[in-house]
Amino acid sequence: MADEEYIVVIGLEVHCQLDTSSKLFCGCSADFRADAPNTHVCPVCLGLPGALPVLNKKAIEYALKVAKALNCKIPQEAEFCRKNYFYPDLVKAYQITMGDNPLALGGYIEIEDDAGNPKVVNLTRIHVEEDPGRLIHMGNKERGHYTLVDYNRSGIPLIEMVTEPELCSPKEARRLLNKLRATLEYLDVFDPDKEGSIRVDANISIKGHERVEIKNISSYKGVEKALTFEITRQKNLIRRGGSIARETRHFQEGKGTTTSARSKETATDYRYFPEPDLPVIRVSDWMDNIVLPELPDARRDRFMNQYGIAVNHARTLTGDLHLAEFYELIAPVGSQIAASWIADILIGELNYRDMPLSKIISHAGQFKDLLVLVRDQQITDKAGIDVLRVWLDSLSGTGSPETPGQIVARLGLTRESGESFRGIVEKILTNNPQAIADHKAGKKGALNFIVGQVMKETKGKSDPREIHAMISEILGE
Amino acid sequence: MNDKYNAYLNTTEIPGTGSGILAGIRVSIKDNISTKDIETTCASKILKGYIPPYDAHAVTLLKNAGASIAGKTNMDEFGMGSTTENSAFGPALNPHDTTRVTGGSSGGSAAAVAGGLVSMALGSDTGGSIRCPAAWCGIVGLKPSYGRVSRFGLIAYANSFEQIGPLAANVRDVAKLFSVIAGHDKKDSTSVSKPYDGKVIPDIRGKTIGIPREYFGEGVDRDVAAKVREAITKLEELGAAAVEVSLPSMKYALPAYYVTCTCEASSNLDRFDGVRYGPEPEMNLPWHDAYTKVREAGFGQEVKRRILLGTFALSAGYYGKYYVKAQHARQLIAKDFASALKTCDFLAGPTMPNVAPKIGELTSDPLLMYQADILTVPVNIAGIPAISVPCGTAHGMPVGLQLMGRMFGEESLLNAALAFEEAV
Ligand SMILES: [Zn+2]
Repeated sequence: MADEEYIVVIGLEVHCQLDTSSKLFCGCSADFRADAPNTHVCPVCLGLPGALPVLNKKAIEYALKVAKALNCKIPQEAEFCRKNYFYPDLVKAYQITMGDNPLALGGYIEIEDDAGNPKVVNLTRIHVEEDPGRLIHMGNKERGHYTLVDYNRSGIPLIEMVTEPELCSPKEARRLLNKLRATLEYLDVFDPDKEGSIRVDANISIKGHERVEIKNISSYKGVEKALTFEITRQKNLIRRGGSIARETRHFQEGKGTTTSARSKETATDYRYFPEPDLPVIRVSDWMDNIVLPELPDARRDRFMNQYGIAVNHARTLTGDLHLAEFYELIAPVGSQIAASWIADILIGELNYRDMPLSKIISHAGQFKDLLVLVRDQQITDKAGIDVLRVWLDSLSGTGSPETPGQIVARLGLTRESGESFRGIVEKILTNNPQAIADHKAGKKGALNFIVGQVMKETKGKSDPREIHAMISEILGE
Repeated sequence: MNDKYNAYLNTTEIPGTGSGILAGIRVSIKDNISTKDIETTCASKILKGYIPPYDAHAVTLLKNAGASIAGKTNMDEFGMGSTTENSAFGPALNPHDTTRVTGGSSGGSAAAVAGGLVSMALGSDTGGSIRCPAAWCGIVGLKPSYGRVSRFGLIAYANSFEQIGPLAANVRDVAKLFSVIAGHDKKDSTSVSKPYDGKVIPDIRGKTIGIPREYFGEGVDRDVAAKVREAITKLEELGAAAVEVSLPSMKYALPAYYVTCTCEASSNLDRFDGVRYGPEPEMNLPWHDAYTKVREAGFGQEVKRRILLGTFALSAGYYGKYYVKAQHARQLIAKDFASALKTCDFLAGPTMPNVAPKIGELTSDPLLMYQADILTVPVNIAGIPAISVPCGTAHGMPVGLQLMGRMFGEESLLNAALAFEEAV
């Protein structure tokens, strides 16, 4: 049966830690990751009896930046409330969050659908809340299990962004997260490199069937994996005539699977009510002071106008703040060559090495030198890629890094003119009569094999276009 | 210290330093106000052994003013009660008649002052917890305007109602202690910048005093009412004009108060789960069961009753019926008080409808106990200040005159109270 029988409906709840220097309701430093457990705590974030929350205005300012950037409606007032539940990592047995009166309503995010067409995904709401502490499970089967609690994370500000159930595939969900991350990064309110700084709950259903919630997915890849697994699981169930239970499931990051959470947990009544220790926030009064920087879409359009590059290049380059800044640093070499070398080659080489862009940002000048060599045809494109690979390896290695110029000299990759290779071309033509026959019979691409052989023999120092021309000439065409 | 009234849960003393205005004065502190390095239990078994690592803001101010901290006083568990019989460590006894209760919930603070053990004490007032024991023990107690004193370090029972406030044998001492604790604290987001200079003078001439009809209605003891009427006549002799007023929404006061305070309490007290306070949970049980056991053993009956009431009132399907309605009623009551206090400088009536009952008399029926708060609770709902001043005796026990003032009008309220005190 055709797949359109199964229409997938996905909605996301995305929690990101706001990158403020102190916690949401106390003065404790939010920069705790390198420090010992329970060293960034005070009576407030430990929820000691009698301690009271004092709002960190920076967190609200950051969240309002996000709300404005995502085109949300800003109400007159927002109100904190208490979400009551028992859990060992929750110091007060309630989380200070927002309920009926959140910071922002509506709004939307533009992404591309799976066919590459623009798609608008609507948001339900945005609010701010405090992160709970963290449980660390210890021990083993023989000696017994026990759990420690680290309250360093307790009180870190979170922004929660909820989408309408309008996403149709795991890939769309991934693109939405990427867009969201880029936007938050451009706003300078979020550090995606900090461990655990993003957590996602996903609602997913096959149209006409019950909805399943997957809780607490902590990576971008994880969201796509969890959703893909869940779609397959649900489709298989339906195919076999089973029915989908409305439930909460947990994602097992290691296995890439989801497992059912006990239904007891889903039955919690959170008993929301307004937080009496904090006054309402006159949100609308804040908006005049919220100024936005250039955002990813605007930068994409500017790149197309200012540098004359194609939309797919512009989209890729602006999809990450640091990449966009890196491109603008390199563009003086030539906006086209910089765009295609960064978007089409460099990103792939970095991903292959699992190497962050940050590692080469401080060596931007050397990358520029490499592109100059290619641009001025001192080395061929093929040699350029080889140089890039050696250069990246030398940067990620422990040895002393080599500049592209040094690499070219050491490997003897300076481009040489076609005439010096005439002997090699003739030899390879003689050794491959079948390829010539195929070519003469009109088989497209037969000559590419010959060109490839020459490139190999000349260690990439020859220019494939020149070799092509030479072969045609020898063959009397 | 010879604590013959069971006024104290902890008699640790910290001597004062410096030459501030409280130098040489011993001040006792209600046991729901956090004191660094001194056990603070809220008279609950669940907090037995809890030693706060920090001082409440009001305690810091006391220390800065040179006061000696003289022990932590007995109270109804977490402030829930009007007699101090709901203490897990036995009731405080009324120094005027030790077979009777002190009133509550700041009963230990009132007994310590009335029994002459200290000259001043801090209490807290959520629905009358300072004024009730002050009235029944024959001393002066002030419930400040909401926000005038920092709540930082006050272990919350019902956050939106309560204030820390002073109890003392006379108005001048109450004013002195109040001048030390009033003022803004950036650690309490509901605190306001209204310091008090402590300059109290007897002054009531030319003021208009509203006498709410509802404060002399059904349930108010005839002899108590007569004593308070006498006191009002005295105020008129001093140059004040008394006029009758009405607060029609007062009939909603008790339900609005009890719904809201139990809702807030149910949330506030959830943190006492055995993980960080109180008796250690049984480690071999699933954590939910372990929590339940700790809470079952650690909380007293009245506390459990209020947690259950509040949990119920906040639960899905009932929130709109109870919590939301209660907030609506709060607004109506506050409006009634605001409009009465537009034409009147003060409102006056009895603090309590009766004199201190015998120990055990009220505890058998929680509704009877809740009704004892009818004349104090509306003030907490309106957020305004009120003071209880002794005005004689009925049935051989002290009676308190309650004067209620305008929001942040403690200055003139204390002046009026002093004028009355000096005249009787
Ligand atoms: Zn803290």
